[in-house]
Amino acid sequence: MSTATTPSLYEQIGGSAAVEAAVDVFYRRVLSDDRISHFFDDVDMDRQRAKQKAFLTMAFGGPHNYTGKDMRAGHARLVAMGLNDSHFDAVVEQLAATLRELGVGEPQIAEVAAIAESTRNDVLNR
Amino acid sequence: MPHVQYGSTRCDLNQNETVLDGLLRAGVGVPHACKAGSCGSCMMKVVRGAVPARAQTGLKDSWKARGYFLPCVCLPENDIEAVEVGDEARVAARIVSIEPLSHNVLKVVLAADGGFDFRAGQYLTLIREGGVARSYSIASLPGDGTLELHVRVIPGGAMSGWLVDTAKAGDEVQVQGPSGECFYVPGQPEQPMLLIGTGTGLAPLYGIVRDALSSGHAGPIHLFHGALNSGGLYLRDELAALDAAHANFSYSPTVLSEDGAVDAVVTARHPNLGGWRGFVCGDPTLVRSLKKKLFLAGIAMRDIYSDAFLPAVTSTNAA
Repeated sequence: MSTATTPSLYEQIGGSAAVEAAVDVFYRRVLSDDRISHFFDDVDMDRQRAKQKAFLTMAFGGPHNYTGKDMRAGHARLVAMGLNDSHFDAVVEQLAATLRELGVGEPQIAEVAAIAESTRNDVLNR
Repeated sequence: MPHVQYGSTRCDLNQNETVLDGLLRAGVGVPHACKAGSCGSCMMKVVRGAVPARAQTGLKDSWKARGYFLPCVCLPENDIEAVEVGDEARVAARIVSIEPLSHNVLKVVLAADGGFDFRAGQYLTLIREGGVARSYSIASLPGDGTLELHVRVIPGGAMSGWLVDTAKAGDEVQVQGPSGECFYVPGQPEQPMLLIGTGTGLAPLYGIVRDALSSGHAGPIHLFHGALNSGGLYLRDELAALDAAHANFSYSPTVLSEDGAVDAVVTARHPNLGGWRGFVCGDPTLVRSLKKKLFLAGIAMRDIYSDAFLPAVTSTNAA
């Protein structure tokens, strides 16, 4: 009989230190991706970085207080600019690539992708 | 909706109306400039009720504790009563000298009564008679004993026009501050540094460069000053002398009409900036674009320091 508890996804990835390591890599990838970079033309980078950290924390299975309503309100302007499934897919792709770059295992990457996927309808306001 | 009590004025706020906008609508003459929570000109003190944290963003902890807040970014959830900022947040100062640095930039030197603590690169709010308040970066070093400001002259400007036409050495003003996170932090003395400023965005960088050099920074320090034309460059002799005196410091004046945009000049010369520290000051649009370019060239977000010079937003005065 084992008494060891399985570490949570957030702990497996490396917790807040992993978020800190991932945020610049992720944000740089997103800003360099021609499919989605134009959605970030007018944003304040410092504020955007704080939002990216909150998003990554949530996607890594960590503590968060995101609600579907926040997700909808936060992306409504972008949906009006044409944000659609293809852009959402690109962000998820860059998220996975970020984690691979940081040496996170494929099973954990799949779990993160599933958490990100769960926000799709709220992000796209439908 | 909540109401604001300010002196004898009671103002019922409209939906999404800031405390500042409500008071201005009610005819209260509150000094203000940026209307974006940055310059501190409109700062007040809450004496009853509570203000949201957003209304105190960027203020010193000791000021937050005393109830200071910025009404231009304050959307209170409940009724509040606010009063004018007391003298504890402002210090009296005298104008020591006013002289031109270029055709449209003045060097204004102030002496604060009892001194004024700041770090090179921070900014202060200058308040003149009549309550007009504007923010300016500090170009001097804390050890200089005086405060040097670079003021762009704007035709009809409420502050710069007064400095040109009326103000003279010996006149009394007030200063409030300092504010801002754009300054040199010792440590990592070998880290290469890139500083880019447009117009009077040179002022904080002039302080930061000399602060870094006097702190013994050994890594390369590259300063770019961008101007629309050669008449907009100033302090050229001083910076060239600094360049000659320090092997690790280089000064690159760039003129839009001859060299192209300063952001393009910088990224062409320094395409790979991994591990660098960056400072960007001046025109807000250029600051935003440069921050992104420096980040994409490899500088970590935590290593990018910036100060966007927001214009004064008022119906009756320009800056």
